[in-house]
Amino acid sequence: MTLWSVIGAGVAGLAVATELVARGAQVQVFDPSGPPGPHGCSWWAGGMLAPWCEYENAEEPVLRLGQQAIGWWEAHTTVNRCGTLVLANPRDLPDLRRFARRTEGFTEISHAEITELEPDINAFSKGLHFPDEAHLDPRRALSDLYRGLIDKGVAFHRKPAPAGLENAIDCRGLHAREVLHDLRGVKGEMLVIRAPDVALTRPIRLLHPRMPLYVVPRSDHVYMLGATMIESEDSGRITARSMLELLSAAYALNPAFGEAEVLEIGVDLRPAFPDNLPRIRRLGRTIYANGLYRHGYLLAPALAQGVADLALNDTHTELVDEDRD
Amino acid sequence: MRAFYGTELPNPLMLGTAQYPSPAILEQAFRASGAGVATVSLRRESGAGQTFWSMIRDLGVLVLPNTAGCHTVKEAVTTAHMAREVFGTPWIKLELIGHTDSLQPDVFGLVEAARILTEDGFQVFPYTTDDLIVGERLLAAGCEVLMPWGAPIGSGRGLNNEYALRAMRAEFPDVPLVVDAGIGLPSHAARAMELGYDAVLLNTAVARAGDPVEMACAMALAIQAGQLAHRADPIEARDMASASTPVIGKAFLS
Repeated sequence: MTLWSVIGAGVAGLAVATELVARGAQVQVFDPSGPPGPHGCSWWAGGMLAPWCEYENAEEPVLRLGQQAIGWWEAHTTVNRCGTLVLANPRDLPDLRRFARRTEGFTEISHAEITELEPDINAFSKGLHFPDEAHLDPRRALSDLYRGLIDKGVAFHRKPAPAGLENAIDCRGLHAREVLHDLRGVKGEMLVIRAPDVALTRPIRLLHPRMPLYVVPRSDHVYMLGATMIESEDSGRITARSMLELLSAAYALNPAFGEAEVLEIGVDLRPAFPDNLPRIRRLGRTIYANGLYRHGYLLAPALAQGVADLALNDTHTELVDEDRD
Repeated sequence: MRAFYGTELPNPLMLGTAQYPSPAILEQAFRASGAGVATVSLRRESGAGQTFWSMIRDLGVLVLPNTAGCHTVKEAVTTAHMAREVFGTPWIKLELIGHTDSLQPDVFGLVEAARILTEDGFQVFPYTTDDLIVGERLLAAGCEVLMPWGAPIGSGRGLNNEYALRAMRAEFPDVPLVVDAGIGLPSHAARAMELGYDAVLLNTAVARAGDPVEMACAMALAIQAGQLAHRADPIEARDMASASTPVIGKAFLS
């Protein structure tokens, strides 16, 4: 039986390994950094499963493939199906109308309906409710996939994959740049805060022409505030400006965020191809699965299924863009 | 045709490179529209946007780096120096923001920064208001191009003060003038060219359109239409009808 070697234990690698194991393949995983942790960009993700919201500014596959993600994740981790709320301040209402024109899967809701869904959101007269969207806790999801694989007997090697490996699946994100020359990094900055005075149950997106924000609730009044999108490959720092913008936007959502405790600051680079869509490439003996961009959790299931189709059945799904010796 | 520091633009559409759904769509927008100049911001990327910048260089159009997001003379001058290093061009679109909400230029700092940069060998494209005196000061500071706003950045309101833009054209007949900012629709861009402007610079109207590639083409066509119309010497508007076919022989006095 073929032994498949998945390289990289971020969301892409773990999803690929999980999908292969589910289809009866034998798998081992290499990652010199060890189990999922702050070294991988999927550790810092928002964890929104929001294909309809993302479609506002993304290509059609994100909408279609993203819709498969919720069910896939539910089979492996805890998923909150609470929908998404999209809001704008009164003077940015043109942005809300534009958002509504550019996507589907929502209902327009009034101030009363907003406060019924989220009693702690009181300052907005209009919003969009996407009832079928969901979110998950990325760190829990990574850890659930990791444990699931260990339970199934998958070996994790805390070292780089040996050179010349047969049947390798490279899921190293930006580290694969020396081979995938059209991959670039898109900087994202985020904060994790605890706000005991704010209770939210679903992700909220606040539209703004210069500083759009999303807030994703975790458990115990912990919130992830994200995320900037900067065409930069400097992952070393958050700028004061970005932090100011994230916190100002949260404060506009509910002034009680002003009392929050800042728990974590995250900065990393999203691996992306020029059209911001993921790709599967078979180059010689290695399959590359990469370019999840800001859709790590939304598109990892489709990417994993595409890799499994190629590796096990030699079937080309739409994400495969190159296959050569 | 008025040249920009000795360079004639292959196409009078100057297109920004921010806010597109993806770099692939950005590239298609440039290729399809034939835009002659790409403006690119350096401020936030501060030295680490190499992949994105090399994509911009690969577009094969003239690159006009900008100082978008700068609020002080010092920031703008530093950013301009970085831009010259990254893109190897003396061109710099000087943008110095004075007001956070309207993104209105700080014209006092603008004149000062323009003087410093010109003395340092830069060829400055100042983003300014439609104020004539500020325009004069910028020229005195060494600028050979002026870029008055149509409306606040990203507002899509069009030409807020056509009278002032017309006056500017009349006041500076030999200076290349660009309407920069505020364009929402192709008709706005066409109007700017009908007024005799030499180019139009826009970003949000294309990048945030539902189909940026189609909108970029629409803008390019409108700009070309406006330019042709201006060259063709349009008729004057008049109050009374003026028949385009001869009236002799018709009983128009009856």
